[in-house]
Amino acid sequence: MSLISLQNLFYRYTTSSEKFVLNDISLTIEKGEWITLIGANGSGKSTLVKTLNGLNVPQKGEVTIDGLALNEENIWTIRQKVGMVFQNPDNQFVGSTVQDDVAFGLENIGVPREEMIERIDQALIRVGMENFKQMEPARLSGGQKQRVAIAGILALRPEIIVLDEATSMLDPKGRAEVLSTVKSVKEESNVTVISITHDINEAAQADRIFVMEQGQIKHVDTPEEIFKLGEELIDLGLNVPFAEQLKEELARRGLNVPEEYMTEERLVEWLWKYDSKM
Amino acid sequence: MEIRFENVNFTYQPDTPFENKVLHDINFTIKDKSYTAIVGHTGSGKSTILQHLNALKIPTTGSVWIGDTEISAKDQVKSLNDIRKEVGVVFQFPEAQLFEETIGKDIAFGPQNFGLSEEEALKRAEEILPVVGLDASFMDRSPFDLSGGQMRRVAIAGVLVMKPSVLVLDEPTAGLDPKGQFEMMSLFKELHEKQDITIVLVTHQMEDVADYADHMIVLDEGRVVGEGAPGEVFQNEQWLQSIQLDVPKTVEFAQMLAEDEQWVLEDVPLTIHELSDFIMEKLQKSAVQGERTGDVDG
Repeated sequence: MSLISLQNLFYRYTTSSEKFVLNDISLTIEKGEWITLIGANGSGKSTLVKTLNGLNVPQKGEVTIDGLALNEENIWTIRQKVGMVFQNPDNQFVGSTVQDDVAFGLENIGVPREEMIERIDQALIRVGMENFKQMEPARLSGGQKQRVAIAGILALRPEIIVLDEATSMLDPKGRAEVLSTVKSVKEESNVTVISITHDINEAAQADRIFVMEQGQIKHVDTPEEIFKLGEELIDLGLNVPFAEQLKEELARRGLNVPEEYMTEERLVEWLWKYDSKM
Repeated sequence: MEIRFENVNFTYQPDTPFENKVLHDINFTIKDKSYTAIVGHTGSGKSTILQHLNALKIPTTGSVWIGDTEISAKDQVKSLNDIRKEVGVVFQFPEAQLFEETIGKDIAFGPQNFGLSEEEALKRAEEILPVVGLDASFMDRSPFDLSGGQMRRVAIAGVLVMKPSVLVLDEPTAGLDPKGQFEMMSLFKELHEKQDITIVLVTHQMEDVADYADHMIVLDEGRVVGEGAPGEVFQNEQWLQSIQLDVPKTVEFAQMLAEDEQWVLEDVPLTIHELSDFIMEKLQKSAVQGERTGDVDG
């Protein structure tokens, strides 16, 4: 059985608006997968992930998480299974210190104090923030705040972590920090990751990329295959990978470059080899 | 308008236990009509420098010259209004500062504060909208119903409406998707080229520095540690990395190629076109040599 299963989902924000933001979406995601969602602004990416824990309730269709149908009865259990990190680090820091912030979710579900302390410590170690326990949010960088947000989710021992453009407001260092934190968390606990991103490096981490267009999933494939779309990627909110841009420029100058997707390292090797054969 | 820093030092909360010196002997000139990039990792002093560019901060010692006006601690300038009109600052995530009920009123807020009547200010607001790629139909709409990229354009219009001769941009593309980033950078390029506006770009995006700036200033721990044309500064990849800065992708790729010594290039390629030209030249040279060798063999 899949960890996540969506069946014929329809969603619109107000019943008066005619257009469905999610227009018949069906998909399954397996435990331990890393999924990246891409698509133009307004294609329904954020709306979709918010149906996974009932922040958006679809007008039609079924959401099943870890064998539980999402309904009023199960919603609180499911919210513990699906943790979300949003774009703006400042909007989701609720505690007055790092450890208070991580404690917030645990307090809400009534975890006993002793266990709470243990879980907070564990979660902060996993995101590398254990030395910042007593710090106030104002003294943290954006990347550090997002890592605390991730710790707050980890403390609840989730099955699924959703990153909704969680790195887009960060500087390159913060972005790298958060990405490597998610990677190591994933390796340790086989948590399932769903990320919405415009960052090509983040997208490259995925096992599968889902491409959304006007409320529908248009395309599902590996990053290697999706990255071959070239210029089309820009309309989907991603950049064309650098090696692909370069290949295209070289082709324009008459060089017979291979068609398959190449990383920068492989393109360098290919050029060296091509050159030595001349 | 030229902006010049002369031995600028800045200390937060001087003569208290919390004293914190963040700028040390800063000297540089932002030339009139230039496109200058200021780079440095988080905490290097970029934001403090930015706040000196329109006298939001006054140097603790030293002077900032904004055109013919000297800003220093010793003689306080009476009216900073003229400076604020000449130097427009677009802060990070400027859309967070939108507050009025209509886009027109929001853009007209600045000019009204500087003494224009509401009618005149609204007229100016309407004139400025096309400059940021929006049209007059936006005037009566709420700024809060717009997409993130559009909201940012409105916020930038609120600065441009003051007709500044210097536009200071603090991470103007942060949080936008790649398409939005490109559109935003194209807008500033056009303002620079067509309206001769001096641009000061504070950024982490080294590709943008390479693509658009003609001069760059490198900061580390509150000091200017490097300055020059991007093509010169980006030659020193290791040094930049030592102060936690990146080089543009093109430079990184050229360096990967150069691990084979036959591929070492003389100048660093700042654009993908320069890099492609370089690669094609190298391959052609090898082909010619290959033919010659072939002749000898035959």
